[in-house]
Amino acid sequence: MSKTATDKFTVNINGEDHKVEPKTTILDLADDLGIKIPTLCHDPRLKPFGACRLCLVELEGARNPVPACATILGPKMVIKTDTERIHAIRKTIIGLLLSDHPSDCLTCDTCGDCRLQEYAYEYGVREADFKGGELHPVRPQESDPFIGRDMSKCILCGRCVRICDEVEAAFAIDWTYRGFETQVNTPYGESLLDTTCEFCGLCVSTCPVGALTEARSKGKHRVWEAKKTLTTCPYCGTGCELELHVKDNQITKVKSRPDSLNHGNLCVKGKFGYDFVNSPERLKKPLLKKGTDFVEIEWEEALGLMAKKFAKIKSENGPDAIAGLSSAKCSNEENYLFQKLMRSVIGTNNVDHCARLCHASTVAGLAISFGSGAMTNSIDDIEDAGAILVIGSNTTEAHPIIGLGVLKAAREKGAKLIVIDPRGIKLTKFADVWLPQKPGTDVAVLNGLMHVIMEEGLADKDFIKERTEDFEALEKLLPEYTPEKVEEISGVPADDLRLAARMYAEADAASVIYSMGITQHTTGVDNVKSIANLAMLTGNLGRRGTGVNPLRGQNNVQGACDMGALPNVYPGYQKVAEEASRDKLGKAWGCSLPDSTGLTVVEIMNAAADGSVKGLYIMGENPMLSDPDVGHVEEALENLDFFVVQDIFLTETAALADLVLPGQTFAEKDGTFTSTERRVQRIRKAIKPPGEARSDWQIITDVANAMGDDMAYNSPSEIMDEIASVTPSYGGMSFERIDKVGLQWPCPDKDHPGTPVLHVGKFKRGLGKFHPVNFKPPAEEPDAEYPMILTTGRLLNQFHTGTMTRKTEGMDEVGPIASAEISPKDAKKHNLKTGDKVKLVTRRGEIEANALVTDKSRPGIIFMPFHFHEAPANRLTNPALDPIAKIPEFKVCAVRIK
Amino acid sequence: MSQKTCECQESKCQNSDIDCATVKQMVAAHEKKPASLIPVLQDVQQEYGYLPREALDIVARGLNLSVSNIYGVATFYKQFRLVPQGEHLIKVCHGTACHVAGAEGISVVLRSDLDVEDDETTDDMKFTLESVACLGCCSLAPVITVGEDTHGRLTPDKAKKVVSKYAK
Repeated sequence: MSKTATDKFTVNINGEDHKVEPKTTILDLADDLGIKIPTLCHDPRLKPFGACRLCLVELEGARNPVPACATILGPKMVIKTDTERIHAIRKTIIGLLLSDHPSDCLTCDTCGDCRLQEYAYEYGVREADFKGGELHPVRPQESDPFIGRDMSKCILCGRCVRICDEVEAAFAIDWTYRGFETQVNTPYGESLLDTTCEFCGLCVSTCPVGALTEARSKGKHRVWEAKKTLTTCPYCGTGCELELHVKDNQITKVKSRPDSLNHGNLCVKGKFGYDFVNSPERLKKPLLKKGTDFVEIEWEEALGLMAKKFAKIKSENGPDAIAGLSSAKCSNEENYLFQKLMRSVIGTNNVDHCARLCHASTVAGLAISFGSGAMTNSIDDIEDAGAILVIGSNTTEAHPIIGLGVLKAAREKGAKLIVIDPRGIKLTKFADVWLPQKPGTDVAVLNGLMHVIMEEGLADKDFIKERTEDFEALEKLLPEYTPEKVEEISGVPADDLRLAARMYAEADAASVIYSMGITQHTTGVDNVKSIANLAMLTGNLGRRGTGVNPLRGQNNVQGACDMGALPNVYPGYQKVAEEASRDKLGKAWGCSLPDSTGLTVVEIMNAAADGSVKGLYIMGENPMLSDPDVGHVEEALENLDFFVVQDIFLTETAALADLVLPGQTFAEKDGTFTSTERRVQRIRKAIKPPGEARSDWQIITDVANAMGDDMAYNSPSEIMDEIASVTPSYGGMSFERIDKVGLQWPCPDKDHPGTPVLHVGKFKRGLGKFHPVNFKPPAEEPDAEYPMILTTGRLLNQFHTGTMTRKTEGMDEVGPIASAEISPKDAKKHNLKTGDKVKLVTRRGEIEANALVTDKSRPGIIFMPFHFHEAPANRLTNPALDPIAKIPEFKVCAVRIK
Repeated sequence: MSQKTCECQESKCQNSDIDCATVKQMVAAHEKKPASLIPVLQDVQQEYGYLPREALDIVARGLNLSVSNIYGVATFYKQFRLVPQGEHLIKVCHGTACHVAGAEGISVVLRSDLDVEDDETTDDMKFTLESVACLGCCSLAPVITVGEDTHGRLTPDKAKKVVSKYAK
């Protein structure tokens, strides 16, 4: 960039001189200075549009007033934002708009939150000056799930059309017809359900008037009546900030503020998926199984029984006959207490949680490569990348708001987008190159990329020399992975592989984003190590826009891992196997701690099946849908002597328990979640819990005390203080410090500002370590008997086992149910069309699903989401484990259509 | 609706009268350029008499545009029709010359005779009635066209007779 382009210059606004950066608009400057300029068509999330003309200001020397939103400041410009002439123009514009706008403020849901109403008040426009003109007829509101449309209130600012295109890339609506007839509509005026609408509600969030509203909030209350609580979304690991609107203890609406980390953007789950909180099906009292039925009992009896049963198992069979599954849905404070209970009160390291099923490979693979097993960079870094490699992550569905960042980088900021995925996911439509690999061949593809990078001299030799070790071993391995050989293994065309390698290696900063398409394999750790190799080979670590970025699936799976709800580590990944850690934590907790590594999720189920684990305590997990080979899980759980489940609903798993304890949702308690970018964020109590449901941290302390311990905490804040005292990376955390935007760990002390980018200048382990990895095929490959590949994953509008999303009215409508996605070619072969029942069989079992014929699936591959109890995909999946991370191979097994 | 098994097997194509291959061919003829949207839509309308929803899906995929975007363009121009039109399209000229020569009288009679309003189609799908601006043959005023045929120097009665010939 030339020197002059970056130089600040002076402008004069309302009589005062100010220095500004180039490319600043008049509106940007006014916002910075707190000068109020009215706007209707402007949203900072969108490109300037200049349609409403309300932001007109006087520019000295210009013949006519100019729009502040779309006028870039130049040197020596002199601007006046509120002259008499400007005031008159604005008043006229507001009058014109009101002349064809229903005077419906008395019953309009948006009253009090409407920009047109606000400006009419501010500019004193009592009634329209333009009477007698043609009016648009008032039409009834369209009835779609979630989104209410009353286009007679539309002012045609185009914000909804533009946000659907520019930000969400859903393209569901557009301007239709012309002149006076113009209206925003769907193609053929059809229901949003028949369009490409993703029901994110961004259009609702940007609508400045009452044309687009939250349909189910209609008639509930006006904006000023709601109690508003800032909190963090309970769905995926992105950590979007929510504002819960509550009236009469009911969540009535969810919004997100424009100044939030997620810029006010939410996905369908975060925006509309809140019914589960106030669901009548919530558990309200402890339940004890008598015969085959549950009866309600008092808390005292429940806790006493649990203590007695666990004490008996412990005395007869030792503490390791008891195991616990903690929860990535619960807060850091609760996960900390859960593992503390298991370790210090019960005396076993048999504690694990569902991270085992999603990112255990990441925690293991990145720890040995870099020394730390978390996302290296921050979410907003992605927009600074010159190239983005997305592998095994359906980002726009599983982490929708991070997906928006990827789309923005690729569509607006010129980043090269490389997608490596067996399915034609949405991102492939925006990709510069898409490598559709055969499921389970990721190591070969990654080695192929590195082969090309080496061969074409694109490796970062300085980085390798100064920051890494064991490069020679990798160098020896790569020559055999020629693009042609990789094509043979993976089906990825050799030339596309070359193209992708160049795009990634030639960018100034390149970021890798991955998720469970990488981790859920018997080669999960190998896959992760290969990604680490690729990033180190090209020096793409330790800077903005670079990194190895695993996206965590659950809202607090990062935190649950950080808190040591894992069988081999204490909080902050301090190793159980190291005496120094055992001594340190033992001292802090006032006990001596067991030294043997505990059992993992799948191992706990196996141990329950063979009788060596007799007592199980599950907090907020649903292995009956989430674990592989659930037939086996069911047998295991039924074999237990005493089985306690703590949850908000009577889930498929809870139904098998002896005792069920009613917990609380994120909306009923205080605490913290740690997002995928290592950011510790607050959740805050917004409503009272139903019945006698207790917060999970309270229940754990009650259980501990019933077992003879003396845990006493007045609040989650006190628990966080204890966490900070024993967890080095959380050393500087406190509720007070993370109140506003959270803090990213490592944050070792009270003055530390947090760490947006890991491994700057030096890896956590010192030097980054290369691990040469050879390709190994998946545990089960198609054969004559089971000729196709089954791969599993998630849908945009559902979450995990559906416990939360499927309680929301309308959520099932906006996406497929119990679907099996199949390619047109295979559909033809089996004479199937969309909606037909299709029976799928693997060596574990068989299920019936609804065929969904789509070219998203390629021939030979069937995709199934695992959310649905109607067609539980995990009756089919293979429980074969990665030897190190013990993660099951959810992503590949052999299947046939019956 | 007749069941055609479209080669692409997309769920939206499966239960439709639209021949996917034909539409794809039209898109290909314009080299899949988004800028060729209007000529492609004209071809589709030529084939089907209107722009069927299923055809727009195929055009959208071929040109890498969104259906909502295409629908926005299609509704912007008067020439595109979004509902099936009758076998015969009747255009009644309301240009200056025809207006003076009694075009409104012709429209009134045809509306009542066919029992439709402007831009509507008869129940038997025979006729669609339209009022248009100048057809460019003022010397024949008042004039109507039925399909490709032009009929001039009409009276309301003559117009009725002309149209009745097409009804067989």
